[in-house]
Amino acid sequence: MALMELTAFETAQKVKTGERSAREVLEAALERIAAVDGRPGTLDYGELTDEDRAKVHAFITLTAEKAIEQAEAVDAKVKAGEEVGPLAGVPLSVKDIFTVKGTPSTAASRILANFTAPYTATAVRRLEAAGAINLGKVNLDEFTYGSSSESSAFQPSTRNPWDTDRVPGGSSGGSTASVAAGEAMLSLGTDTAGSIRQPAAFCGVVGLKPTYGRVSRYGLIAFGSSLDCPGPVAANVRDAALMLGAMAGADPHDSTAAKVPVPDYMASLEKGVKGMRIGLSPDYMRITFPDPETGDLVEQELPEEIKAATLHAAEVLAKMGAEIVEDVPIPNTAYGIPAYFVISRVEAASNLHRYDGVKYGYRTKSDYRDLKEMYRKTRAEGFGLQPKLRILMGMYVSAAQYAEQYYARALRIRSLIRSDFDAAFALEGEYRLDALLTPTTPTTAFKMADVFGDSVLMQYADQLTVPANHAGIPGISLPGGIASDGLPIGVQLLAPDFAEETLFQAGQAYETATADEEWRKIKPEVLR
Amino acid sequence: MTDEISPELFEHLVDLAAFAFDPEEAEYLRRELNNQLKAIHQLENVPLADDVPLASHGVTYTAESCTGLRADEWKPCENPDEILSQAPQVDHRYIIVPDIPHTKLD
Repeated sequence: MALMELTAFETAQKVKTGERSAREVLEAALERIAAVDGRPGTLDYGELTDEDRAKVHAFITLTAEKAIEQAEAVDAKVKAGEEVGPLAGVPLSVKDIFTVKGTPSTAASRILANFTAPYTATAVRRLEAAGAINLGKVNLDEFTYGSSSESSAFQPSTRNPWDTDRVPGGSSGGSTASVAAGEAMLSLGTDTAGSIRQPAAFCGVVGLKPTYGRVSRYGLIAFGSSLDCPGPVAANVRDAALMLGAMAGADPHDSTAAKVPVPDYMASLEKGVKGMRIGLSPDYMRITFPDPETGDLVEQELPEEIKAATLHAAEVLAKMGAEIVEDVPIPNTAYGIPAYFVISRVEAASNLHRYDGVKYGYRTKSDYRDLKEMYRKTRAEGFGLQPKLRILMGMYVSAAQYAEQYYARALRIRSLIRSDFDAAFALEGEYRLDALLTPTTPTTAFKMADVFGDSVLMQYADQLTVPANHAGIPGISLPGGIASDGLPIGVQLLAPDFAEETLFQAGQAYETATADEEWRKIKPEVLR
Repeated sequence: MTDEISPELFEHLVDLAAFAFDPEEAEYLRRELNNQLKAIHQLENVPLADDVPLASHGVTYTAESCTGLRADEWKPCENPDEILSQAPQVDHRYIIVPDIPHTKLD
């Protein structure tokens, strides 16, 4: 079996025993990147060629030399009989929204294109300490603002390995595409409205949004500070569990990183779902989209294939011993996106005011009279349209005269969304769920440029994932089938606060039970 | 129906945000803002009892789960020159800020 076909868990075992070297694994990863990735995203990209359109373009910055040093250090430890971590020799990609000391940390924005981070994010530091080999930074929507990865200032933007005319989803599109294309075994992403789970569904990989506070945000370039969650992207559930275990836990650098014990996820992985109560909600089987003519929001049924994949997952879990609880009401799901339009924009506007061309990052090259003109020119040239749109909306809905009407109301509706999940998961409640099973996305991956520019339609791609961000609860997207368009479908499991262990157990049971299904044998286009 | 964000209001927001747009960009951004507000107005359909609290976070923080704030203690920076090297304009280890325009307050 080719090295990049191994799982992260198998790879670490082989590296630890000396059966394979970390250097060998790294060479295999670099070979795969050379074969499928094409040119990296840059600011001065020129015209797209036919060859560009057939490649993945996951990476912005490949740090091969640093990776070689890390791999050689792991191999030296193995040779010396020293302890190596649980991710020994596992190739990792990192969404370029995390700082990594001495490397460009761009947020896929021109305004940070020249920024070299002076420190490393806690999640990255912990993964590297566990033996992961950091290949470099992968592309995303600018400052994570999008659901297709197309808004990156670094083009060509990432394309879907299953069909390179399609988007990989976003904003962690570089992360999920790099894992789907076998360029990395693991990737570190972030999820603010579904930015790990939605692209994981589009690219046919596993993506976990942990509970808010499970993983430190130190070194994560902030978007929505009350919503952002770093999380793992992997090819399978076991690898995602291995990765979360290596990076979760309290951090003195982030007061919101919770002091909640991190379980041994690997120890409980095979416990199965016998006796688990898994819910289905009619509120996740209806979707809302803006009417293309009028812009009015129209309720629709979920596409049949996506609904069927979710119901199939329920049948599989029932056969494995779970009790399926139907008709669980989560009635405020439909308000997730409207509330997110307010809350995330206010937080984004607050976070983006720091980019002013004074302390770090881009400063205009043209002449300016004074500070105010420098600000204006720097921000006009440095930010793309999507960050500008978010700043303007955030300022509007938080302005003194509108804050009660918009911001305060959205925060109260967030309480309602949270209370829906509290009722579903309450130990003494009517439903007593261990997990809720839903589709991850309302569609499969859409075509490049089809949605980009329509900020409302793009946002509604996250309608089934965003409620978990408002509530803070963990969620996992699992590959759930292949649709008739040849593209992956994702199914999602949601659980109470800090119950990632439940998600891994249920996910592992589902993965094992469906291992021989025909759709699991289909590979992404770029690997055929 | 008139747009909630009129061209005049848009210009005011642009000024506050310290941006500058060409007419095409301005038209796109104003249209998208108004479209997003259409979606946001869905929130008005939600009946809200007086006792529904504002949620700044989804997950509740308790004394046990909260890391708490670090002690307010001065510690030397390990790499000040590395940080200063990121600034667009530095003179003798001071970050240079362009002239600040003077505005007479009424």
